[in-house]
Amino acid sequence: MQFFLEVLIGGLLSGVMYSLVALGFVLIFKASGVLNFAQGAMVFFAALSLVGCMEKGAPFWLAFILAFGIMTLLGIATEKFVLRKMVNQPPIALFMATIGLSFFIEGLAPMLWGNEVRPLDIGLVDEPIPWILDNWNMVISKFDLFASGLALALVALLAVFFQYTRVGRALRAVADDHQAALSIGIPLQHIWALVWAVAGFVALVAGMLWGARNGVQFALTFTALKALPVLILGGFTSVPGAIVGGLIIGAAEKLAEIYIPPVLAGWFGGNFGGIEGWFPYVMALLFLLVRPEGLFGEKHIDRV
Amino acid sequence: MIYRETGQFKTSYAADQQIFPIRQDRIGIGILLALAFVVVPLTAGNYWFNAILIPFLIFSLAALGLNILTGYAGQLSLGSAAFMAVGAYAAYNFQVRIEGMPVLLSFILAGLTAAGVGILFGLPSLRIKGFYLAVATLAAQFFIVWCLTKFPYLSNNSASGVISVPNVEILGFTFDTPQSRYLLVLTIVALLALAAKNMVRSTTGRAWMAVRDMDVAAEVIGIRLMRTKLLAFAVSSFYCGVAGALYAFCYLGSVEPDGFSLDLSFKILFMIIVGGVGSILGSFLGAAFILLVPIFLDIVLPWLSALLHLPFDGATVSHIQLMVFGALIMFFLIVEPHGLARLWQIGKEKLRLWPFPH
Repeated sequence: MQFFLEVLIGGLLSGVMYSLVALGFVLIFKASGVLNFAQGAMVFFAALSLVGCMEKGAPFWLAFILAFGIMTLLGIATEKFVLRKMVNQPPIALFMATIGLSFFIEGLAPMLWGNEVRPLDIGLVDEPIPWILDNWNMVISKFDLFASGLALALVALLAVFFQYTRVGRALRAVADDHQAALSIGIPLQHIWALVWAVAGFVALVAGMLWGARNGVQFALTFTALKALPVLILGGFTSVPGAIVGGLIIGAAEKLAEIYIPPVLAGWFGGNFGGIEGWFPYVMALLFLLVRPEGLFGEKHIDRV
Repeated sequence: MIYRETGQFKTSYAADQQIFPIRQDRIGIGILLALAFVVVPLTAGNYWFNAILIPFLIFSLAALGLNILTGYAGQLSLGSAAFMAVGAYAAYNFQVRIEGMPVLLSFILAGLTAAGVGILFGLPSLRIKGFYLAVATLAAQFFIVWCLTKFPYLSNNSASGVISVPNVEILGFTFDTPQSRYLLVLTIVALLALAAKNMVRSTTGRAWMAVRDMDVAAEVIGIRLMRTKLLAFAVSSFYCGVAGALYAFCYLGSVEPDGFSLDLSFKILFMIIVGGVGSILGSFLGAAFILLVPIFLDIVLPWLSALLHLPFDGATVSHIQLMVFGALIMFFLIVEPHGLARLWQIGKEKLRLWPFPH
């Protein structure tokens, strides 16, 4: 039981990290109707820029601001050179364009900042909280707790922003229909640039946390692949969905990784590790068969 | 007025419905096939066969498979490499486990196995579409590669899942030279491309296109969605499966599950985007293009860096390659969403009027 709880909590906390990346996806999808496959590459790019600036001698806060500036520039450039020219194209074409974008960023980032794995120190260590360890004999990392707090704060902020501000309303209008939004005078370019900048900010936070834990390296781009099943489970358009989906996926994949391989090994013999790689996808897939719009997604009605 | 059609009168339905109704097209295809079957084998060197022609044909076949699914039936898939893997491993298993199994039959069975797996992973398409489906196909990508690594039975108990295929032998003739393997691949690909061309202009193909354009409307006019979508998945996976079998048997000789990674899936997706989504010709043009870009960069980049006195190493080349691929995809999606095939069509229009501008 003790062990089970520990695995569960560890899974939930790592799920928060998935949520952070998924949040970037939701944001852009909500505001522009584009499923941005490049989010993982953006996490990588943001973290690399942060580390790169720090290596050049900038203090953490300055490096953070500089990295945010770079992500904003990237957002504006994306809007100017890619999205603006693809207004009113089918969403799936935009999706494929973001796959192209992710390849582009994956090449660009190491060209600018170098390719080697680098540590990122944000003044937090990945060690258990002594008080919980003493009283309940459970390992819960300080770092994970901090990450969770940050994610929750970010979600609260974004939820308010989307629901209650003028800009938030404009964002939702754009997501509904690019052309309609344009024709009632919503400045599409500004909105898109803005939303990509915000997504860049979320990517930066995610990249900072992931990078601080595992080092800043190319593998960060795979965080996007982790976030996709989270999205499916939570629904593409729901900020809380990204959080709940992240928690479920995080917990489920860790539990699966611990408890399923021994069973399989008992049946077939051999080593069956690495279930983590596909389990979230298959789980999300099975879930979709029951509820195609995800946990919190909007029901979509097709009309001819 | 090279493409002058005046005077080419059709007097029967059969004549009007042939695959290439215009005489110039028929002559062009004839010349192309003659070149591919006769001139190329006589003139090309081993490097050309091994590094360019054989992979080109195999990837064209895989792209053709994905194009049937994505371009014609409108179901985006990011798992084509996984279906290639199924084909490669299935063909290997049929060869190794069944005594005296003809190679061609095992290729066909491999395609059918891949089709079965494709149908299984296509089932979600009945309830979900678009992005959701694209992500769902990732499940196939990761799950299949994992299975091939973890179940030793599938790779005949090889430790790391690597399989080394036996030589291809048909009716006592061993295909051990690059030239003969090229001819084998070419024959298979040409036949399957012809079949695809015919399929997409038949009732099946029209049903696919109706589903692609608007599936609800297609259902209303009496197209059975389930059958149509699953058939698209099956046919597409069949093509990818055969491509995978050829990839293992005629190109690499030994393959590992990790070779069929998500990157390969993306590469195939890029081929159909660049070549033209929803075009048989486009699959070939796209495969050629995506295959030649890295070779081109390998030649041009060192030369360019020497010219500009820039430092230069292997890592930079791979980064630039990624950037070029990414930029190309965005460029094509923005400037010419119908790909290279559309350019060829435009060229044909011009030739119809040439030398007059309008």
